[in-house]
Amino acid sequence: MIVSAVRIILPAALAALLAGPAAASGPAPLAAEGCLGCHGPEGRGASGIAALAGRDRAELVAILTAFRANERPGTIMGRIARGYTDAEIAAVAEHFSRLR
Amino acid sequence: MTNPVPRRALLAAAALLAAPAPLRAQPSLRLVVIGGGFGGASAASFARRNHPDVQVTLVEPQRAFVTCPYGNLLLGGERRIGQITHSYDGLRARGVTVIHDRAAGVDAAARRVRLAGGQSLSYDRLILSPGIALRWGAIEGYDEAAAGLMPHAWVPGDGSQTLLLRRQLEAMPDGGVVGLAIPANPFRCPPGPYERISMIAHYLKRHKPRSKILALDAKEGFSKQGLFQDGWRALYGDMIEWVPGNRDGKVVRVDVRERVLETEFGTRHKVDVANIIPPQSAAAIAREAGLANDTGWVPVDTRSFEARAAAGIHVIGDANIPGPMPKSGYIASTTARQAVASAIALHRGQNPPEAVYFNTCYSHVGEEYGISVVGIFRPNADGTAIVEVPNSGGVSPRGDLPAQRRLEALHADAWYDSITGYMFG
Repeated sequence: MIVSAVRIILPAALAALLAGPAAASGPAPLAAEGCLGCHGPEGRGASGIAALAGRDRAELVAILTAFRANERPGTIMGRIARGYTDAEIAAVAEHFSRLR
Repeated sequence: MTNPVPRRALLAAAALLAAPAPLRAQPSLRLVVIGGGFGGASAASFARRNHPDVQVTLVEPQRAFVTCPYGNLLLGGERRIGQITHSYDGLRARGVTVIHDRAAGVDAAARRVRLAGGQSLSYDRLILSPGIALRWGAIEGYDEAAAGLMPHAWVPGDGSQTLLLRRQLEAMPDGGVVGLAIPANPFRCPPGPYERISMIAHYLKRHKPRSKILALDAKEGFSKQGLFQDGWRALYGDMIEWVPGNRDGKVVRVDVRERVLETEFGTRHKVDVANIIPPQSAAAIAREAGLANDTGWVPVDTRSFEARAAAGIHVIGDANIPGPMPKSGYIASTTARQAVASAIALHRGQNPPEAVYFNTCYSHVGEEYGISVVGIFRPNADGTAIVEVPNSGGVSPRGDLPAQRRLEALHADAWYDSITGYMFG
């Protein structure tokens, strides 16, 4: 019983701790702060601009990498992604994947 | 049946996620922010969102902030003043102490700010985001009184300058000439004058189609020039005449009563409405504190934004010397975060964090017609320079691309909501 409770409650507890403005994951990487000027506070999106919060980490890495390689159509994201390192793309994806 | 709370698992999770204990043991850092615009409001918001143990006091004379961005859309008839005005209540709700007073002086040695109302504030670190001063008299005849007749509409204050220019456009008869004087670099918002030309043309085309715009420029080239000029030709035909500096475009004198703009080689242009964007410098408080050099702008460490001339004062926004970065709202906002993070780190004896500065400037050329410039920048290791990341950034592609232009116009609106939402929400 305890084992199953851990399975159920631990993810919920993690989610609770990570949610909200005081998300205990600490400050966002500064590279991710650059995204918020268009993608909305906390990466929640804005009209016509995709939300980033809660997206799958691997999906975000794949999208940004494709923008950087000029393999994904877009208006400005190709120009942006070419300025970021692999490590920054990974940190940005990790950060937004953990927001809800 | 009751499920026992798995205490050990929860404690383990909490331990993993809790803020590092040493941060909590430090005495609370007193951060004072001067200026509640794109730099200062972003700094205050970032500090409270990411460093809740820091005490933040914001000093700003205006009760509400009227943005420079989207002021041009007001001139074009696409926004009202209330739509570009933002209350400081959101920052108060985040725990920022907002003082509506004018910062009259900074004592860098004593780490104190003196307010015009007599109060004095002590700080551990100061974020100074005071914006620009207009250099009255740099154009002969153009002083503060003259701005009541020939608006600059470049420092929004309470919005009255932008509204005055709008009223003058509304009152102008069809067939009139709108004259603009545009300064040499550096100045606030490099694409701003050209978006303004576009939005005035947008208004005139609908309501006064026989009118002309005469743009007298001290420079030979400008931001997003090819894209702007493509759009002007496509949307406004021959309504707009842009005169570069090497064709006698530099305005050196104005006659406010006669509504004449006079250029370097003595050409006198009589206009019906005049918008004078004068040469600029860092705001007075930065110069009076001895932070500016003889250019009138403030040299800073490019990693921490600490002023070269004074420890503990981080100067952000249009007042500093930003290397190759533009004096834009986006740069003010992203460098605000780095300045705050660096101020906190330095106060605690740590190094400033790794930095990347990011800029996007959208401009509206016409209805459903937006263009952009993007830049990603990094400081060098010793904080003496900033370089743009090679092969990144740049302007929108040229050519007949209506879908791209429409999307960028939409994205510009989303940018406005996002960045002001971060600052004031």
